[in-house]
Amino acid sequence: MDNFLAARSQMALSLGFHIIFSCIGMVMPFFMAVSHYLWLKTNNPVYQNVTKAWSKGVAIFFATGAVSGTVLSFELGLLWPTFMKHAGPIFGMPFSLEGTAFFIEAIALGFYLYGWNRFNKWFHWFTGVVVGISGIASGILVVSANSWMNSPTGFDFVNGKYTNIDPIKAMFNPAWFSQALHMSIAAFAATGFAVAGVHALMILRKMNINFHQKAFRIAAVFGVVASVLQPLSGDISAKMVAKRQPAKLAAMEAHFKTEEYSPLIIGGIPDVKNKKVNYALELPGLLSFMVHDNFKTPVTGLDQIPEKDQPPVAVTHYSFQLMVALGMLMMTIGVVYFIALIKKRDWFNKDWFLRLFIAATPIGFIAVEAGWTVTEVGRQPWIIQGIMRTKDAVTPMPGIGYSFYLFTAVYLTLSIVVIFLLYRQIRMVPQIYDTTKPVHAKN
Amino acid sequence: MLMLYVVILFLWLALLLYLVMGGADFGAGIIEMFTSKNNKSRTRRIMYNAIGPIWEANHMWLIIAIVILFVGFPVIYTTMSTYLHIPLVIMLMGIIARGTALTFRNYDAVIDDMQKVYNKIFVYSSFITPLFLGIIAGSAVSGRIDPQANTFMAAYVYSWLNWFSVAIGFFTVALCGFLAAIYLIGEANDEAERKSFIRKARIMNVAAVMAGAAVFIASITEHIPLVQWVFGNIIGITAVSAASISLIILWYLIYKGKQYIIRVLAGFQVTMILLTTTYKHYPNIVILKNGGYLSLIGDRGADKTIEALGMALLIGSLFILPALIYLVWSFQRKPNSNENHH
Ligand code: HDD
Ligand code: HEM
Ligand code: HEM
Repeated sequence: MDNFLAARSQMALSLGFHIIFSCIGMVMPFFMAVSHYLWLKTNNPVYQNVTKAWSKGVAIFFATGAVSGTVLSFELGLLWPTFMKHAGPIFGMPFSLEGTAFFIEAIALGFYLYGWNRFNKWFHWFTGVVVGISGIASGILVVSANSWMNSPTGFDFVNGKYTNIDPIKAMFNPAWFSQALHMSIAAFAATGFAVAGVHALMILRKMNINFHQKAFRIAAVFGVVASVLQPLSGDISAKMVAKRQPAKLAAMEAHFKTEEYSPLIIGGIPDVKNKKVNYALELPGLLSFMVHDNFKTPVTGLDQIPEKDQPPVAVTHYSFQLMVALGMLMMTIGVVYFIALIKKRDWFNKDWFLRLFIAATPIGFIAVEAGWTVTEVGRQPWIIQGIMRTKDAVTPMPGIGYSFYLFTAVYLTLSIVVIFLLYRQIRMVPQIYDTTKPVHAKN
Repeated sequence: MLMLYVVILFLWLALLLYLVMGGADFGAGIIEMFTSKNNKSRTRRIMYNAIGPIWEANHMWLIIAIVILFVGFPVIYTTMSTYLHIPLVIMLMGIIARGTALTFRNYDAVIDDMQKVYNKIFVYSSFITPLFLGIIAGSAVSGRIDPQANTFMAAYVYSWLNWFSVAIGFFTVALCGFLAAIYLIGEANDEAERKSFIRKARIMNVAAVMAGAAVFIASITEHIPLVQWVFGNIIGITAVSAASISLIILWYLIYKGKQYIIRVLAGFQVTMILLTTTYKHYPNIVILKNGGYLSLIGDRGADKTIEALGMALLIGSLFILPALIYLVWSFQRKPNSNENHH
């Protein structure tokens, strides 16, 4: 396998793996905290059971997230040494703050997971909230490092030298807010839908309905609120991309020709050679409107961008379409949920309603992966937008292909084991958490 | 540049704490490896109660060290990650395997044969990870990293595969086992367990001395002036003597039944060992084949970065240290006998 391709694939694999665990690590603590709070307030033991069941899931995910994150912090150097040599001191600030956030998260998690019956109950609850807050802080910080790669600031680049370095300015680069906002909401949407889906399945199967209904409600509320907000924040992101990375936006939209009344292209198969999109739905003027707030002003197309600076159009376009389509779908489900909540209470027990959520279990995470593919592939051929090319950053060591195979095998195995463990956790719910039967067993 | 020294101090402390806290943690797995079958599950339970709550926090020290390196000293970070790519990947595999196996075996809702698989993986990775950590540390100073190398073997394999680095790897393993055994003496529930941990501490101590001797022999055959680094200056001699004397005191106190002070003494010994080995060539932490150095002072990142990094570390430690101390302190107290918290 080509060394450069292998390095890119390994990076994509590691990040694509890590992001799933980190989203869950960021969001699940909040679900737990809500359920835990309800237990402390109502003394209803079902909430205690939900909290405990979730906390075991979190422990499994957290450990996997932590080790895959540790791997990433080495991989940046193992795969992209030239990038890190120059970028490290510039975009490293969020990473060093992130170190603090992780540390606090790890400490708080120690208190939370091992602290049952040991501490004041509100202190114990509070440590769970701290896990969530520091998780979100880590997510925001690392995304701010990534957004620097998209909109590099905080240094001067003259004659190939990086001077006048200002790490604080680099951290608050122009894209950090839109990306951090979009990512945080995405984490809530994806995790909310995934968790709600699993519990919906259990309700449909008539297993421990009381337990699963309470769990479903908590997860679903987070998920649907986030999914209604997500398109708004996506619009902010898209405007930022249009301003900072016109090539990426053009690839996302498969927008080849710069012209007035630029159309919004939906679907279709980009034909890069002939610079057009086949079988697409084109809505004239709408892209101009979304980017510039009027229907006329032209949006930069790929024809304005030298070929050697163009990202892969097809992958970027398909991924973007997929994310937006799923986003719209999730928003629709969110609206259905609110109608049920306000007007049609009986929908909650309808099979079709549960099936809707079951079907939606993976889509948030698929959207997350698609969104990151847009961000990362759409930035190509640059590793630092406009400053350093990805191929100039790769390690000189040959044989990265083998390392890629090794990591693939390891991550595949881990995924299988995690799914297997979750399956077992859920299967054991009747034995461990059913309050109608005497509680015993492990715990 | 006061902040530069703050950053260097934090780097050193992070390494030290990883070696002590993380080391005891790895050592727990190594001890498990050398425990007879019928005592395994008891040992495992004691260890889990001891390391479970702080496992996450222990492994953070490594991340802090890495972040300091890549933010503050990018040339050192990238040189090491280029030429020591292979041992780093093996170490990472060990970290993945160990962290997940430890968690999986405690959170698997069903207790069955899978436990055996987790245990095997946990034990082997507890051995591999510090072995390669030691190899990487040894390679940094062994003078084999060669940016001018023009074969794959010379650039990426001989950089770390030499007797000196490997001996340091085994020394690290023995040290971790020793730390864990000393720690576990204080966690034992009855006299028989106590005795068995004392015996393990003795074995690990002997192993560490032998591995240490091997390091010196290897340094001579590989022409690495280790003897001079350690004994050629007053700090080195003092630290080695302090470590040796405290070792004698430590054994005396073990037989006296003191459980907690021996932990401090074991930590003190590791501190002295790290001090001797880093003091002489400070600030040069990577020695290259052509005789050149990578230095914490000469190869640092931009001044503004170092300043911001130092501030971040100082402020961060204001939050972290009290919380961490409270965590360790809270779980030092023995758990209520019939309470089961996982
Ligand atoms: C639940 C997941 C999810 C959903 C439903 C959406 N997104 Fe998204 N999107 C992400 C999850 C995500 C992400 C994975 O989190 C990304 C990758 C980088 C980032 O900051 O967020 C992302 C990136 C991303 C970018 C690129 C930002 C960049 O490269 O800097 C744009 C323009 C959008 N999104 C726009 C949208 C729009 C218009 C949506 C309309 C429905 C949408 N997203 C739904
Ligand atoms: C977690 C979500 C992320 C996913 C799924 C993801 C995905 C990817 C993909 C698909 C590539 C390969 C792109 C290509 O070469 O065509 C890539 C490359 C890369 N990503 Fe990300 N990425 C994520 C987040 C991040 C973050 C937060 C950072 C840094 C802070 C980062 C840094 C890099 C680097 C350095 C490369 C290699 C150079 C490049 O190809 O641009 N990524 N990532
Ligand atoms: C979009 C991308 C990313 C997000 C949102 C993210 C977020 C998180 C979160 C929330 C955690 C806490 C662990 C958990 O709860 O499971 C975590 C762990 C970790 N992440 Fe990431 N991360 C991302 C990418 C990266 C990258 C690029 C690196 C390194 C360069 C990295 C390094 C780490 C490390 C070292 C940990 C372990 C910390 C611990 O032990 O708790 N992450 N990440």
